[in-house]
Formats: sequence, C-alpha cells, structure tokens
Amino acid sequence: MTFIAAIGRHFLEVLAAIGRVGLFGLEATSHILRPPIYGRELALALVHIGWLSLPVVGLTALFTGGALALQITAGGARFNAEAVVPQIVAIGMVRELGPVLVGLMIAARVTSSIAAEIATMKVTEQIDALVTLSTHPMKYLIAPRIFAAMLVVPVLVGVGDIIGVMGGYLVATGPLGFSSTGYLRSTIDFLTLSDVASSLAKGAVFGYIAATMGCYAGMTSGRGAQGVGRATKGSVEAAAVLILAANFLLTGVFFSR
Amino acid sequence: MITLSGLSKSFGSNHVLRDIDLSIDQGESLVIIGGSGTGKSVLLKCILGLIEADTGSVCIDGTELTPKTRAAQMARFGMLFQGGALFDSLTVWQNVAFRLMRGPGRLPKAQARDIALAKLARVGLGPEVADKMPAQLSGGMQKRVSLARAIAAEPEIIFFDEPTTGLDPIMSGVINSLIHEVVTEMGATAVTITHDMSSVRAIASRVAMLHAGRIQWQGCVAKMDKCDDPFVSQFISGRADGPIEAVR
Ligand SMILES: Nc1ncnc2c1ncn2[C@@H]1O[C@H](COP(=O)(O)OP(=O)(O)OP(=O)(O)O)[C@@H](O)[C@H]1O
Ligand SMILES: [Mg+2]
Repeated sequence: MTFIAAIGRHFLEVLAAIGRVGLFGLEATSHILRPPIYGRELALALVHIGWLSLPVVGLTALFTGGALALQITAGGARFNAEAVVPQIVAIGMVRELGPVLVGLMIAARVTSSIAAEIATMKVTEQIDALVTLSTHPMKYLIAPRIFAAMLVVPVLVGVGDIIGVMGGYLVATGPLGFSSTGYLRSTIDFLTLSDVASSLAKGAVFGYIAATMGCYAGMTSGRGAQGVGRATKGSVEAAAVLILAANFLLTGVFFSR
Repeated sequence: MITLSGLSKSFGSNHVLRDIDLSIDQGESLVIIGGSGTGKSVLLKCILGLIEADTGSVCIDGTELTPKTRAAQMARFGMLFQGGALFDSLTVWQNVAFRLMRGPGRLPKAQARDIALAKLARVGLGPEVADKMPAQLSGGMQKRVSLARAIAAEPEIIFFDEPTTGLDPIMSGVINSLIHEVVTEMGATAVTITHDMSSVRAIASRVAMLHAGRIQWQGCVAKMDKCDDPFVSQFISGRADGPIEAVR
C-alpha cells in the first residue's frame, strides 16, 4: 500500500514539475515578445551558444557521418552500395542524427552552463540585486538566452547536417573508393527541402528546450554550492530526456503519413 | 513614509518575523540592530518584495506595495546587499552604472561612466578599479563597490545591509559619514542594518532592535544608552550574560 502511495506521490510530483516548467516557459516566451529587449545580452548569448559550440558540433557530426558510411557499406554492400550509402547517410544525418546530436551537445554544453551561471547568481543574491535595480530577471537573463538558442541552434543543426554528410563523403570517396561526383549527385537528388526544413525546425525546438531547462533549473536552484550542483545536474538530465522525447514526437509529426 | 503592519514570515518551522509593526519617516535614518540570525536581512527583503511575507502589508506613502505596484516603486529604492551581490560578469564601473544605463531615463555611456567614477571616489575607490572585474577585488572593496551601486542613481530610499562589516576602522568611518551625508544632503531615507555600535551612533536618528522576530525596542539614539530595556543594554554593552541567550 505504501509502495503504491509512493509511486503515486512521485507521479504527482512529476506532473507538478512539468506544470511549473511549462508555466515558466510560457512566461519566458511572453518576455521574448515584449520590450525592452536587451541587445547586448542577446548578442553575448548568440556568441556563447552558437559560435563557441561550433567546434564540438562539427567534430561530433563529422565522426558520426563517417561511421554511418562505414556501417552502411558493411551491411549494404551486397546490394548497390554506391547508390544506397549516400542516401542513407543523408537521410540519417539530416532527419535524425544531426538534430539529435546537436541537441544533446547543446544540452551538455549550454544547458549546464546556463543552469550553473543563473543558479550562482541566485545564490549570491545577484538576481535579487537585478530586481532592486528595476531590471526584470526574466527579461534580462532568461529571454535573451532562450531566444538566442531558438535562433542559433537551427543554424548549428544546419552546419552539423552539412558536416555529417561531408564525413560520409570523405569516408566513402576515400577508403571505400566511391566516385566523388556520383556521391554528391545522389545526396542532392535524394534529399528534399522538407527534410532540411524538418531538421532546422527540430533544431529550434531543441534549442528552446535546452535553454529553458537551464534557465528554469538556475532560477529554482537551492541555496549554496550544493544547490548549484543539483540544479546543473538536474537540468542536463531533464533537457537530454526532453530533447529525445521531442525528437520522437516531431519525427512522428513530420514523417509518418 | 514606509509603514509595515503585521508583517510575519516563517521558513518552515523557523518563525523569523512575527507580527512586525514599524514606520519609517521620510528623511530619517533608521538603524536596525539585533543578534545574528534574528531576521534583519529578511525584514529588508520583505519590504522590497524579494521575499514574500506570509501575512501583513508594506505601504509606501499610503499605497500598499503588491507585486503589481512594486515594479513602479522600485526606482525609488536602492539596496546594498549584505553579501555585495555584484554582477560578476560586468566590470566594476558597469556594476555601479547599471541602473543609469538602463530604463526610460538612461544616460549615454560616457556620462554614466563619469557618474560611476564619482560614486566610486566617494566610497574611497580610485579610477584604477573601474575596469576590473568584481572577483579581482578584496571583500571590503566589493562591499564598497556595492555601496556605490546602491547610491548611484540617487534613490529616495536606501537600505544598507551591514555597510561597514569587513572594513577597516578608517574606511568604516568614511562609510558612516557617507551614509550620514546621503541622508542629510540628498534628503534620502535610510534604513541601515549594523552590528557596529560606533556606526549606530554615527548615522542613526532612530534605532530599532529586532529580537525573536519582534521589534523589541525602538527610539531615538540619545535614549538608547539610557533605556532600561535589558535586551538593548545587553546588546550595546556586548555582555554574554543577560536575557539574550548567547549560547544555545
Ligand atoms: N531564503 C531563506 N530560506 C530559508 N531560511 C532563510 C532564508 N533566508 C533567511 N533564512 C533564515 O532566516 C533567519 C534570519 O536570517 P537573516 O539573514 O535575516 O538574519 P540576519 O538578522 O540578517 O543575521 P546576520 O546579522 O547574521 O546577517 C535565519 O535563521 C535564516 O536561516
Ligand atoms: Mg543579515
């Protein structure tokens, strides 16, 4: 009996947490749309989330694209590999792996740093200080980060898609000895605009999730160093799981017909 | 004029403020004293709405401060936090000029910087610290930067949470006279929390003592030394024995 009660209590807590995060996300979104807009904060967030994430995003995509090409050749060589490999690399990277890998990298890199930074500001009363200086923390800290992530993560996903396809190309035309023009031709012929659009749309959603979870964890962090640590850890876990779940839903929406 | 009525705040089973009634007149300098952990900082934060009180109300010039009206009134307040609370991603002068460079009446950068430098000079910090980051300063210097930030926009009502803690005796004297000047020259209303009895005598026009979540005593400074309240006399003489239990 107590066991069932414990499960029920947990379930209710999870529901309540989802509700709180949802409300937080709505409030943050409403602040993105209303002035004042803090341009300097937005620019800093764009640089931090976008530009500085490029190396890790690029390397992840490159290796994954390469591995994908190797794997498909190994499994698909019995049929006509030269035609199949480029198509599966392109579809795999653009539709699924590109957005998911970039999303997870952003969760690791950006969600954690946003959560730690905002939690530290909370613990050291900097958020309170903002309020006494007539600056709304939602507008000054949260809105620029979430908006920047929504703008720039699709760009990162686009870059990741291209580099991932490049990784496949390098492996296929190098060690595997495929023809270079044939590979590019098949890739371009096969990919559709809607594949690319869905990829970028996933990027925007994942960016929103990653930044919102970091901000939420930071703003609700407990006191002291322990509070900051918990907030950071919890935010990355939640962002990663939510990104994967959202990916599943979006794939269902975009590709099941 | 700020009026607190029936203000209470608990954190779980810890009843920090119990039914506080207090009024602060315009242009006066009220000093709040009381033992460590009696809720002095919580009291200031409740007035500013940073912590939501459980019951009771705060009125300023007759209008009650609620989450809706507070944002508009916030421009009248300045606050020095006990821990400094400097923005560690901004330089010292950007911290001091934070309010001057934002909001409807914002100033151009060069002018805001000049004002920030002037305020830093008033707390005994030279222009060489202006472009440093807060983390590069000592604790006492950070406290003074934070003080400069609190007074930078010349607010009408200023809260100082332990302005001289961690400062050397000479710098404490400088800060005490700065607070005194802010009240007498700018006509500001000041509420200061301090444990330093020489500070109390230098800046207070009225003293309130907080004990066990209540205002134990309040009155003008002249009466403080002669008052027969055992809590106050123990506190100002710093004796370990008396009605305030020092060792719990
Ligand atoms: N955010 C909070 N959550 C839980 N408890 C709190 C919080 N802030 C303060 N308290 C508790 O409220 C009490 C009063 O704290 P406060 O910081 O107001 O003390 P203080 O009078 O300013 O002491 P000091 O002179 O040492 O600064 C303490 O027991 C503290 O543990
Ligand atoms: Mg305090």
